[in-house]
Amino acid sequence: MTTVLPSRSAGTALGHAAALPLSFRGLRRTFGTGSAAHTVLRDVTFDVAAGEVLAILGPSGCGKSTLLRAAAGLDSPSAGSVVIADFPVQGIDSRCAFAFQEPRLLPWHTLQANIAIGLPTGCSASEGKAKVARLLELVGLERFAKHRPREVSGGMAQRASLARALARNPGVLLLDEPFGALDALTRIRMQDLLLNIHRVEPATVLLVTHDVDEALQLADRIIVLGNHDANGPGATIVRTVEVPGGRPRDRADAELAQLRVSLLQTLGVDGH
Amino acid sequence: MNQPGETSATSTSVADARAAAATATMADAAQAGATEAPAPARGWSPAGVRSRNWARLPLGLIIPAALLAAWQLASSSGLFTVVQLPPPVMVLEAAGELLERGELGIHIAISTQRVLIGFLVGAALGLVLGATVGLSKLADALLAPTIGALRAVPSLAWVPLLILWMKIGEDSKVTLIIIGAFFPVFTTVSLALRHVDRNLVEAARAFGLKGIRLLTTVQLPAVVPAVFSGLRLALAQAWLFLVAAELIASSMGLGFLLIDSQNNGRTDRLLLAIVMLAVIGKVTDALLGLAEKWAVKRWA
Ligand SMILES: Nc1ncnc2c1ncn2[C@@H]1O[C@H](COP(=O)(O)OP(=O)(O)OP(=O)(O)O)[C@@H](O)[C@H]1O
Ligand SMILES: [Mg+2]
Repeated sequence: MTTVLPSRSAGTALGHAAALPLSFRGLRRTFGTGSAAHTVLRDVTFDVAAGEVLAILGPSGCGKSTLLRAAAGLDSPSAGSVVIADFPVQGIDSRCAFAFQEPRLLPWHTLQANIAIGLPTGCSASEGKAKVARLLELVGLERFAKHRPREVSGGMAQRASLARALARNPGVLLLDEPFGALDALTRIRMQDLLLNIHRVEPATVLLVTHDVDEALQLADRIIVLGNHDANGPGATIVRTVEVPGGRPRDRADAELAQLRVSLLQTLGVDGH
Repeated sequence: MNQPGETSATSTSVADARAAAATATMADAAQAGATEAPAPARGWSPAGVRSRNWARLPLGLIIPAALLAAWQLASSSGLFTVVQLPPPVMVLEAAGELLERGELGIHIAISTQRVLIGFLVGAALGLVLGATVGLSKLADALLAPTIGALRAVPSLAWVPLLILWMKIGEDSKVTLIIIGAFFPVFTTVSLALRHVDRNLVEAARAFGLKGIRLLTTVQLPAVVPAVFSGLRLALAQAWLFLVAAELIASSMGLGFLLIDSQNNGRTDRLLLAIVMLAVIGKVTDALLGLAEKWAVKRWA
């Protein structure tokens, strides 16, 4: 299995990103005040190395999106902080790029123009144009460049949203279930695409997913969020797993199969 | 940057059978999408719209034609005197006479000019202030009560003050029209901006858009349909206030033609002025409607 994205093209068309280390320090997030207060996350502390791919698993509603939003500076934690490369996140952070759980494309722009919104500032027009074209091709949408979001399927919109995040060449790439709306085969292809891009220009990737197999395929490490009600409300890290073996990984690997079963158990026990 | 070498490189980058299958499926999906995608557009095709418009035009003319016939009947049957209701032909003759003397053209031109200037200035002010109040909580807290109170003043109540301040000239009339055009735009824009999809705004902000760029990229496009309904209301208001202003004090314009004809007992000219107001009002509204259609298609 040789999967080599030609470094020449990817390097020149997508530019270079410097992966940044990131750490969550005692993060807590409580929504509402008084009797309506509702703690979603508590005591979330972990480090992600520069260039690492970290998958975040957890039952629906446990605060995975909230965690990513804190990293991007879209949401401020009630306590604790997120630190990217020694500088704490304060307000919207230009070192991050976010692919949201929903595509969130501007309906009045073409896919091409939507992806161009992700381009980093200081990117020249011709550079940007080439990069957008390249990304459209990578996510298999080159023939839909001029379509509006409502003229394409949900999965195509999701791919455009992924391309928009990739356009940024971020230090930290935040992906919130980026392959959720894709059919099984397109999903596999997009996963490969992500790995290829990551190999050529490593970013630190935080990948939220519902899919244990996806986490096992893509991540260096997996954290599982869940509730331990005994310790009060709010989800925190209930398990951390180092995924063995370099990528790409054999989906039929016995060790991975075992990990899969045990992760599903963790999710089952802690799922509500 | 669509180098053929890169295309093939990408597809071979996923070289195992699984990925090859995926590529094939993607291509199929793309193919299917390509043939399907234009389908929704077909419903909007110019031909489709045009054929529906052709059917609409005669349908829309039925009632005006019936009204014209009823008018003719009512005046010729002796139900009304000629002073009360002159027949359509007399109105047409009045139009011809005024046209020949060049008066009708002047009345129409001056009225249209007043409406256009008042509408443009009022709408622009409404847009700017509406955007400010809709986007900034501070501006909302600061301005909204005052503007709300000013809106509560029936606009004709300004007339004596305007005449006192600006005398009976163009300024006072145009100012009254500006007031009339301002509020519908202000209200619709400030409300619509407050209801722009938060998710879209957040996504744009996450990619570093803020200030004017955020406004022009996300917020303004999102409210384009609302802006146009505000503009159309404002245009209708502008014509309303034009007639009010011209009825009260003027020596030219369609409103003056109305009051002057009433004083001279020229019901034919009076009716002519009303018909002209209906026609010009409808034409300007239709033009704005065309712009709206284009904008909604472009932005929504
Ligand atoms: N702005 C908000 N105000 C109040 N509660 C919120 C807000 N945002 C999120 N929450 C709450 O936080 C909890 C976690 O939400 P979050 O979107 O992070 O879940 P998630 O793990 O991403 O779920 P899913 O897998 O379904 O996407 C939910 O219970 C939600 O109600
Ligand atoms: Mg979520």
